[in-house]
Amino acid sequence: MSLSVENLTVYYQTLQGQVRALEDASFNLADGEIMGLAGESGCGKTTLGFSLIYLTERMRYIKGKVRLNGQEVPVWDNKKMDKYRYEDISIIPQYAMSAMNPTKKIGKMVRDLIKGRGMKFEEIESEFLRRIKLTKLSEDILKMYPIELSGGMKQRMVMVISTLLNPELLIADEITSALDVSTQKAIAEMLVEFRDRQFLNSMIVITHDISILSQIADSIMVMYAGQLSEKGPKEKIINAPLHPYTKLLISSLPKIGIKIEEEKLSGIPGKPPLLLNPPVGCRFRDRCPVSFEKCKEVPPFVRVDEDHYVACWKVAEEHV
Amino acid sequence: MWPAGRWPKNMFKLENVSKVFKVGTFGGKELVAVDRVSFEIADGEIIALIGESGSGKTTIGKMILRLIDISSGSILYRGKDISGVKNDKLREYYRNVQGVFQDPFSSINPIFKADRIFETVHEEFFKKVPQAEWDEKVHQTLLRVGLNPEHILNKYPHQLSGGQLQRFLIARALLLDIDFLVADEVISMLDASTRIDVLNLLGELRELGLSILFITHDLSLGYYISDRSVILYKGRIAEMGETQKIFNHPLHPYTQMLLESVPQIDKAWEEEAILIEDGGEGVAGGCVYYDRCLNPDKDQKCLHQPPELVEVEPDHFVSCWHI
Amino acid sequence: MTPDKKAKNEFLFFALRNWKVLVGSIVILIFLLLALIGPSLTENEPLAFVYPQGSSSPSSGFWLGTTMFGQDVFSQFANGLRATFYVGLLGGGIGTIIGLLVGFTAGYRGGIVDEILNVLTNIILVIPGFAVLLIVAAYLEVRSLTTESIFIGLTEWAWVARAVRAQTFSLKSREFVDLAKLNGMKPWKIIFKEIAPNMLSYLVMTFILQFGGAILKAATLDFIGLGPTEGISLGMMMQQAVNWGALQLGVWWWFVPPGLAITMIVGALYMMNIGLDEVFNPKLREM
Repeated sequence: MSLSVENLTVYYQTLQGQVRALEDASFNLADGEIMGLAGESGCGKTTLGFSLIYLTERMRYIKGKVRLNGQEVPVWDNKKMDKYRYEDISIIPQYAMSAMNPTKKIGKMVRDLIKGRGMKFEEIESEFLRRIKLTKLSEDILKMYPIELSGGMKQRMVMVISTLLNPELLIADEITSALDVSTQKAIAEMLVEFRDRQFLNSMIVITHDISILSQIADSIMVMYAGQLSEKGPKEKIINAPLHPYTKLLISSLPKIGIKIEEEKLSGIPGKPPLLLNPPVGCRFRDRCPVSFEKCKEVPPFVRVDEDHYVACWKVAEEHV
Repeated sequence: MWPAGRWPKNMFKLENVSKVFKVGTFGGKELVAVDRVSFEIADGEIIALIGESGSGKTTIGKMILRLIDISSGSILYRGKDISGVKNDKLREYYRNVQGVFQDPFSSINPIFKADRIFETVHEEFFKKVPQAEWDEKVHQTLLRVGLNPEHILNKYPHQLSGGQLQRFLIARALLLDIDFLVADEVISMLDASTRIDVLNLLGELRELGLSILFITHDLSLGYYISDRSVILYKGRIAEMGETQKIFNHPLHPYTQMLLESVPQIDKAWEEEAILIEDGGEGVAGGCVYYDRCLNPDKDQKCLHQPPELVEVEPDHFVSCWHI
Repeated sequence: MTPDKKAKNEFLFFALRNWKVLVGSIVILIFLLLALIGPSLTENEPLAFVYPQGSSSPSSGFWLGTTMFGQDVFSQFANGLRATFYVGLLGGGIGTIIGLLVGFTAGYRGGIVDEILNVLTNIILVIPGFAVLLIVAAYLEVRSLTTESIFIGLTEWAWVARAVRAQTFSLKSREFVDLAKLNGMKPWKIIFKEIAPNMLSYLVMTFILQFGGAILKAATLDFIGLGPTEGISLGMMMQQAVNWGALQLGVWWWFVPPGLAITMIVGALYMMNIGLDEVFNPKLREM
């Protein structure tokens, strides 16, 4: 078992109180598993990603355990996490591409990064160059400034840097969103290649774009309003989802081949609840077509099939 | 949709529209954002203007809306060239043509209440209409776009969702009894679960006679909603025509690449992506797609002569020397 | 253009709870009150020689004593305060208005207009405004309070223009400006109805700074003898006091009140500004 998360709960501190952004998340990742983490804005996927590696200023760890290869990881303590960060768990944050210091050449940036980890650049230099070439970047890139690179080049650069020390777990947050279609495909495929070459063990790919996940993920986990809704193998989630939210979400996605005159798709009326004072129980129940009395209690994230977990009383009823 | 060979195109006609920007210090260099684009739009149809960043799609939308001046060519609205209109004539134009943009939170002034946008339309276009009558009109229009006036009025933008705000903005355009709407990436910032509803709304408006220029980078949205599509690459039209024809039978190498690269939920990517870095500058004097073109017949002609748009079957045009 | 009641109330709520704003505005109000009703509390004209014996320390007859020439210091002080507020309002006002006009025009129009206005702004910024004021003031034989205010305003507007231009630039590209254009609105209408309200907090703070800055500049000019040739102001009081040896002779009531007043007024204005920054920018408020 690569990653094991148990009841992870993280809130945000604000002027008006605590925003309950992530509530009781429990799931596992197997060795080499690429899990897509999908959901709409405010569902908590970025919170989940960050809580595994670095608690930002307003984040408050409430409870939960995180284990990497059986060993507990002190996610509640940013200082203690220092030694795990980058070597065991690495993250490509959403803005990574645009966060490079524009006045530093790429080579200098990498050197500084490595030095900051207490290592010597020469130790990793040859492996670094090998991987650069693998991603079809030329060595010259080290002498260039970020502004001279295209989006795709920067993203590949970031991918190489983030996985240089072969982390156990890579968290990639919306790394394909700002790219052109052809670059998106190349980057997505590169993620898989990195896993295949064992530059990393398992991966969480956070995105709102389920179609990208349908191409590269092994499993997909769907979140709604801070709660986990469903996790399962990709084919199941896409073709036979069980959670009402997942079902509605998948069926609202237009595909090439569907015209409005032939098949009018529909969305989900309403909007997600505010997480300052979220509704008790299942947070989807107000928009759910099949919710009933029991939904006022939080449904547990239970196993309904091989590697397939759902948090829904209705589904639990039908699968008992 | 239309009888082969004949299709009504009498609302908009773009003829060789170009836009050149001056960039660099003191405007030394030139950037050709739109290069001699020509196409037509009929009544009651949705045209998808499809392209990625740098394709010029937003620029075309802004030129039609007269938010940017065109550099050359003409834009005919119902036979009259509107590419230079100003002042009163421009205001008249705006009674018929309006736009909705990508970011609903940027489109509405955040320090005022959201429904102020209706009041400004009242002031600018319908001064003589009494308040009570106007309020009723607003009420009806809000219902028409699927909003409940009681829940929506008197609120600040940050108290409403992106989907609600986009509907607001569509309602604003409808208050003017327009016959044409430029919709620039109007649903790309919305959540997946609300996107399709706003898109369906645009479809309903088409049934009522409205024409829409649907600007997007998302092929599946274009396929879902549009009657015809125009595929843009670096300011030039690569391929255009009836949507189904283009998607089922793409002929331009760029269109083919797009359709292969777009992730589709029910179809796995076939070949590996061949990533050719964008040269950036483009090829002066030749086909704009030359650098990335994988067509085996690519040759010198492509390098030196920009291809013309040719009709290869009724309502299917391609600009490529080797198809 | 008025903000909604709730927003106004929220603003007032935070403004009144911020001690910097509170203390600052109270100080200003006290001095303003003094400036408005002070002169009518005494029949003595500020420059009239009412006490033949010359200087005298504060007493029940003369609250702030008399000058070396037997003039009523309180009368001078109260009238001087009036002059000070006048300069602040007019000088600061002119500076702000010119800065706004130039900034909005440059930011909204862009292109060649922007480049020309930029050059103009930069020239004004680079020229030492004070030196210009000195030269102009020395050149004019007769100077009035109004002239002084106008000239101060003319040298103060440049940094306002810079900042307003920058903000206008960024706001101009927001889509609600496009929407305003689609309403057929003319540029100045768009600037005042859509763009300026977004900068309201900045504009308020700018005016306060201009106000304070004008007062300071005027006081400095007056102090070195280049103030108005008629009337009285706080700076002029200090100038005269120093010129006639009040420091050495211990006639402290002549120069301490005006100096203290200027310090307190300008200090209060700056303190208000810092407080307002916290009020307008929620991120600066303590959690």
